[in-house]
Amino acid sequence: MSECCGTTATIEAPVEPRVAGRIRTVALVGPPNSGKSTLFNRLTGLRQKVANYPGVTVEQRVGRLNGIGRGDLTLIDLPGIYGLDSYSEDARVAVDVLHGEMPGTPAPDAILLVLDSLQLRRQLMLAAPVLNLGLPTLVLLNMSDLMEARGGRVDTLALAQELGVPVAKISATRGAGLDAITHFLNRKAEAEKPVPAEGRIELPVMGNPRSYRQWATGISTRTKYKAPLSNEWTKRIDGVLLHRIWGPLIFLVVVFAVFQVVFSIGQPLSDAFGEVLNAGGGRIGALLGHGWVESLLIDGVWRGVASVLVFLPQILLLFLFIGVLEDSGYLARAALIADRVMRSIGLNGKAFIPLLSAYACAVPAIMATRTIENKRDRFATILVAPFMTCSARLPIYMLMIAAFIPNTPLLGDFFGLRAAVMLSLYVLGFVAALGTAWLLKSSILKASSAPFILELPQYRLPTVRSLSLRLVDRGKVFLRQAGTVILAVTIVLWILSHIPFHADLAGSVIGRLGQLVEPVIKPLGFNWKIGIGLLTSVLAREVIVGTLGTLYGADPATQSLGLQAALRHDLTLGGAMALVVFFAFAMQCTSTIAIVRRETNSWRWPAVQFAYMSVLAYVAALATNQAILHFVH
Amino acid sequence: MVAIALLSDFGVEEADELDLSGAWKLRQLSELPIGTVGVVESLDLPGEIQHHLMHMGFMPEARVMVVRRAPAGDPTVYSIDGFEVALRRDTAGAIRVREYEGQNTRQG
Repeated sequence: MSECCGTTATIEAPVEPRVAGRIRTVALVGPPNSGKSTLFNRLTGLRQKVANYPGVTVEQRVGRLNGIGRGDLTLIDLPGIYGLDSYSEDARVAVDVLHGEMPGTPAPDAILLVLDSLQLRRQLMLAAPVLNLGLPTLVLLNMSDLMEARGGRVDTLALAQELGVPVAKISATRGAGLDAITHFLNRKAEAEKPVPAEGRIELPVMGNPRSYRQWATGISTRTKYKAPLSNEWTKRIDGVLLHRIWGPLIFLVVVFAVFQVVFSIGQPLSDAFGEVLNAGGGRIGALLGHGWVESLLIDGVWRGVASVLVFLPQILLLFLFIGVLEDSGYLARAALIADRVMRSIGLNGKAFIPLLSAYACAVPAIMATRTIENKRDRFATILVAPFMTCSARLPIYMLMIAAFIPNTPLLGDFFGLRAAVMLSLYVLGFVAALGTAWLLKSSILKASSAPFILELPQYRLPTVRSLSLRLVDRGKVFLRQAGTVILAVTIVLWILSHIPFHADLAGSVIGRLGQLVEPVIKPLGFNWKIGIGLLTSVLAREVIVGTLGTLYGADPATQSLGLQAALRHDLTLGGAMALVVFFAFAMQCTSTIAIVRRETNSWRWPAVQFAYMSVLAYVAALATNQAILHFVH
Repeated sequence: MVAIALLSDFGVEEADELDLSGAWKLRQLSELPIGTVGVVESLDLPGEIQHHLMHMGFMPEARVMVVRRAPAGDPTVYSIDGFEVALRRDTAGAIRVREYEGQNTRQG
């Protein structure tokens, strides 16, 4: 391995990177579902950077080739594509990266082309435009172990001759055959001559799928490609899971189970985690002594960030479920079953699981919309998701219901008035989501032709490795939000509630703001304390409970009462119900705002969404309060 | 006999040479009953979707088998090139196929 080749090229941006025999950046190219991400994870290990390409919503994944001991090389994972004709945003990004025209991304010096050997004939179509780029390329036939186990075969030597580039059989899930990649990269680094003679191989007319097809068919015939027998198990399982009666039943059971586990296991986990965080904060606070530093760090930063971190166990649990569903292949079947219903509200079946996840938390739900390829459908789902009743709304719902609604039995002991109010709040959020989806799809996100093209992968057992990588990945995205945006907002809120110095909360800037907005929120039945709660809960919905606790605790008139009694002393039934209705609609969640910003790659969408939801919340709360004032009393 | 030869081989040029006038009837893919095989004749969809479908294998002379319908009756799962893809009725309706009447050959 000679490191130097006599060139003075450095890593600076506009250098001519494609110097023969010098490889620094490798691009991973492949069609969707070719096992590309699994291979990327194998080759890079856990250290990878995930970001968006500038100006688009396509995710960029970059890592070092540590997995095969070449930490000096950078691997870029391109989005899954069928061809290089720039029909889709994904393909446009891939073309720009491969041509070295993507700002901030180094031009690749070599390509690893991953093809699913179970469907080689179809996947070979991508080889034509990729080989046409003329970069050193290694073709990797992924899942070749599965192909051979099912009676498929291909002559790799003949294939290498046909394509004019080396070909290797690998299994990304098992990590087999990866040394071929090491050999390829080392040999390329030693080679004096550039790419092998290209004149020998024949490529089809570029840009025409039909000629690609004929070319690919010709090659698969000449290389004696025999497709594996289709998986009989998949057919049999589908016979049950997509059965006219069993299919929807099993689907409902799965949905119910996910719900049940996220709430019955996730909620106690989150609560326990919250207690650990609070105890930790108390310990550190004790070390710091009393003073403004302690107050800023503990009451401000630690509490604020902790109030978001407590969602981490639930989020990870939810992603574990989604991961199992997706990796096993059931997610595609769920989308197929849900499509008919989702279509009636203008969304597609792939939006079902994200919307379901939003009942736990909108943040993972919005991250899960990545499975929806159609951009308009995806944005509609993102904009609708925060209406689902997430777990952060439960503290304020429970507080107000316990304080204002008597537990009159309606249907025996199991279903009382309190449960009915709680259920109607869930329904309210769902109806708002439906209405908004309909509104969006018939206005700004009107799609003349949103197709539903869903590939049904064969069933597979999810691997622990890919599940854990997924959890680490999603956990990192969430923590980065908590570490940046939320931290900043927390500090600002703390400062606003502590200046001028020596003022109590009511006299602080935020307290004054609360009093300032009082005339605006008075028609809703809210007082200035609720106003402050609304302002602080922009950070996260559950913060209002803590804020109200502090405010009523500091007020001499209500000091001796518990929070519920204090609220009854201060609010009417109309105001209390208006408050929960407000929370059903308002986008009081910095994490959601931040994640929408990240996923849509623009501030425009979260701004529009925040404004829309706030207006809706205000109007609905106003209507609730006025209705109760006029009709109940 | 001719139909079976066509169905058992993927050869594109070969299919073009065969004249099966009379034995074939032009239909929409969405109209085919479950278990039958159609040969794609043409696609009439907006550019990006058509392109996407063609890269997935829906191109003239490709064989498509109707595998099953979703529990709600739509979308329908089609098998093309050994993998399965679900399309809604309106998308499948824009794909014209030839169907061999009376054929009952199942795709391998």
